[in-house]
Amino acid sequence: MRFVIVLALAVLTALSAPSPFGRATPASAAEEPYKIGAIFSITGPGSSLGIPERDTAVMIETDVNARGGIKGPDGKLHPVKLVIYDDGSDETKAVLAAKKLIDEDRVTAIVGTTLSGTSLAITDAVQKAQIPMVSCAAAIKIVEPVAERRWIFKTPQSDHLIVAVLTDYLKAKGLTRIGWLNVDYAFGQLGWIEFEKAARELGLTVAANEKFGQKDVDMTAQLTRVKAANPQAVVIWSIPPSASIATKNYADLGLRAPLFQSHGIGNMKFIELAGPGANGVTFPAGKLLVAEQLADNDAQKSVLLTYARDFEARFGPRNTFGGHAWDAVQLAVRAMAKAGPDRAKVRDAIETTRNFVGITGIFDFSPSDHNGLDRRAVTMIQIVDGQWKLAR
Amino acid sequence: MTARARWTTLSVIGAAAMLLPSLIGSSYVLSALIFVGLNAIAALGLTLVMGFAGQVSLGQAAFYAIGAYVSGVLSVSYGWNTWAALAASVLAGALIALLVGLPIFRLSGLLLAMATLGFGIIVYYVLVNWSAVTGGPSGLTGIPPLRIGPIRLDTDARVVRLVWICLLLLLGLTGNLMDSRVGRALRAIHGSEAAAQAAGIDTGRLKLGIFTLAGAMTALAGGLYAYYLAFVNPSPFSFAYSIELVLIVAVGGVGSLWGAPLGAAAVVGLVEGLRALLPHLTTSHGAAEYEIVVFGLVLMALMIALPQGLTGLSRRSA
Amino acid sequence: MTSGAELAQYLASGVVVGGVYALIALGFVIVYSVTRIINFAQGEWVMLGAFGMAALTARGWSAPVAFVLTVLMVAALGALLERAAIHPLRHASPLALLILTIGASIALRGGALLVWGTDPYPVPAFTAGPPLRVLGAVVIRQGLWVIAAGALVFAALWFFFTRTYTGIAVRACAINARAARLMGIRVDRAFLLAFALSGALGAIAGAVIAPITYATYDMGLMLGLKGFVAAVLGGLVSPPAAIAGGFFLGIVESFAAGLISSGYKDAVAFVVLIALCLAQVGGWLPWRISEEEAG
Repeated sequence: MRFVIVLALAVLTALSAPSPFGRATPASAAEEPYKIGAIFSITGPGSSLGIPERDTAVMIETDVNARGGIKGPDGKLHPVKLVIYDDGSDETKAVLAAKKLIDEDRVTAIVGTTLSGTSLAITDAVQKAQIPMVSCAAAIKIVEPVAERRWIFKTPQSDHLIVAVLTDYLKAKGLTRIGWLNVDYAFGQLGWIEFEKAARELGLTVAANEKFGQKDVDMTAQLTRVKAANPQAVVIWSIPPSASIATKNYADLGLRAPLFQSHGIGNMKFIELAGPGANGVTFPAGKLLVAEQLADNDAQKSVLLTYARDFEARFGPRNTFGGHAWDAVQLAVRAMAKAGPDRAKVRDAIETTRNFVGITGIFDFSPSDHNGLDRRAVTMIQIVDGQWKLAR
Repeated sequence: MTARARWTTLSVIGAAAMLLPSLIGSSYVLSALIFVGLNAIAALGLTLVMGFAGQVSLGQAAFYAIGAYVSGVLSVSYGWNTWAALAASVLAGALIALLVGLPIFRLSGLLLAMATLGFGIIVYYVLVNWSAVTGGPSGLTGIPPLRIGPIRLDTDARVVRLVWICLLLLLGLTGNLMDSRVGRALRAIHGSEAAAQAAGIDTGRLKLGIFTLAGAMTALAGGLYAYYLAFVNPSPFSFAYSIELVLIVAVGGVGSLWGAPLGAAAVVGLVEGLRALLPHLTTSHGAAEYEIVVFGLVLMALMIALPQGLTGLSRRSA
Repeated sequence: MTSGAELAQYLASGVVVGGVYALIALGFVIVYSVTRIINFAQGEWVMLGAFGMAALTARGWSAPVAFVLTVLMVAALGALLERAAIHPLRHASPLALLILTIGASIALRGGALLVWGTDPYPVPAFTAGPPLRVLGAVVIRQGLWVIAAGALVFAALWFFFTRTYTGIAVRACAINARAARLMGIRVDRAFLLAFALSGALGAIAGAVIAPITYATYDMGLMLGLKGFVAAVLGGLVSPPAAIAGGFFLGIVESFAAGLISSGYKDAVAFVVLIALCLAQVGGWLPWRISEEEAG
């Protein structure tokens, strides 16, 4: 019995004691560092998004500190300190990570999480703690209703923006009979909800509606059903590897209808994995992938090219997920430059950010819009000879 | 341990559970204690199933999900009183365990493990696909907190008290149950099922009863989880969570009811401990990838050192 | 209406996926029948097999050499797991051993994440070329390799277990370890061999399916689960029955996705599984899906 109590006490102490290494601050630090917390899905199913997000965040921290830090409202340079935790793509771990950032690390703002599920799981804690948070996940429920999401912002385009650009494109090309497939988790389901709505408004017919799992090894059964429905175009809403397998299966089955996909395939890996089947695939996405092809007067062009060059020099091919983190961390950094380490003032500074030229788009936040993007943040891209091309 | 000693110990821990939240300022620590408590309640039922009925359930996450979703859906979509919804979710957990158990508890060993595994996965796919009710993969938001009169149980300090009182009460009550005729019968089954049957014990009915009780307890934990987070989505209730519960029971030890809280504390403590410690031992931002490797290795080392689980240690030292 | 060509396509897809499950199921069966351990890390051998092929072919090794090296390396890892972790615990409860293999699978998955990151890696198909047409159904060439690998592995196992002294000795341990020991058979060697074999089988499965599914660090969990279900359907101790279980599961999934609902296809497969478990207890099955007595 004594053993039980001793163990219980030991666990309690372990949980409440400050880390034995954590308090060592370098004596040379000139000014109090500005602390920003970050939660990314570095492991688990969301890790292909979370790792480029983490890499981007670390890159910004290094670059800002190389310039001496953030010049705060007090006119002094403060080094920026990022505290990054992994949530393992798990809701429970995300909640614990958020509370640790809020209460133990006492950060001024939180960047992340990576996935919609983990972001929604921590909204309650974030709202109650009154700390600004900039999510890198897409679901619109993360920032709406705004009245209940006063402290929460997000950088990825909402699904309805992405889908609207796609459905307008389909309509303009005279493709009205559509076969649809989506992956069976939140990303695919939210895409389907918006697509069904937009299709109804534009008078598109959904000839087939199928699902597959992200870990499935073969989608030919679903595609056979889609083929039998004889659509004019097919849309697959998923991310690699399942999106790549479906694309290969699509070519193997000899389907001829033009294939459309989502912004979830916005990295070079998709093309590498899907092989020749990727050619001709058209998808809506942010402009990062085709930064070089943008008109010179495009306001985002220079920001995009700089980020793409910096990221590719350190970590490998660019992808839109890292861009979401770039926007989120930069928003926090800029707000802290304006408002200092004060949670409420930083929140106000983010909400009043206008005309911020980011990677995902040009952000105009307001008390009624915590995403701040419009359809200009989305463009249609086609894969031609294994390269991204602006689609006409 | 005698019943009196058990209730005394529980009262001491209970008093600590009531006082500690006022002393601990950090909502992080409180939050960790809440998850320890929730996991322990969920694992307590499984401890009974594994330790006393001698069966492995690989689908216990389904009952956690049923508790969370019944509470969430009834409170959000149907505007039920939150306590009534919580009670309904416990009943639902018990009822579904009974209905599912009726056919599958005629199985044993691997077949039973397979059937429960299948059940867990079926429930998961229902949560994902039945969007009209469950909200589908993106889940259900805006679940209101429990309240006692005017007091809303929406702070960590209040929820931690509620969760730990539930856990301690359940520990005491199941302890009493194990001391009773039922408990002796169960231990007899664990010793030798054939001998128990020969002694006139209806082993099938007893096992089914334990499975039903476990379903109810796990559903209670799920309901509390939903009210605490104010949000539910399917991903926490996947096969991985069923495995985590088996893990908690094994780490704690199946031989004693104390295994559930000890195992839950050890697993949550290990994950959070690694998060705090590893960044100092590796490069500053590349630690997350190491965390799961070390977690796996520590788990292996723990099982090699203590194959009976943590409660096995106390028996050895006693 | 569903046409004949569509049905043929569901069958063809199901057979290829089923071949994958069958190969993984064999690994479970070898370990379980000799050691009575359910090796939760079986799926991770598949993952390592896929990565072995991806990494070695990317470095310019030819596919056959890469294949052999991969299988040998993963078999060695299997042996290492047995010596380092299973052997010291061989007298512990089945639960402790199960948790041990869960720990091993978590560590292996984390290790793969560290080494290879989260991106899927492509692996070239063994033979290039457009898919073949069989009775109106499309069959990719790598699918034929999966089935061929299954058949070869099965033949090799049959030869090993019935025609070689070592194989017969291992089988003796599976039937009655005590009696085998009395006959002078080294039971602990049989354990070691079973784990090495399971590593090799998993690696073969991973290597042949990698061109279809790519290599990703977290592919092992789902494939391992499906392979386990297939193995249990086959009774967990009989290699031919495990192979049948694998094909059965793959075909049920494919037809469920094609004819019922793709959202519920995995659920349908498990409903069938539960029904089969119950049917056995009811005594309605002509074969046994588990060697254990029903309670």
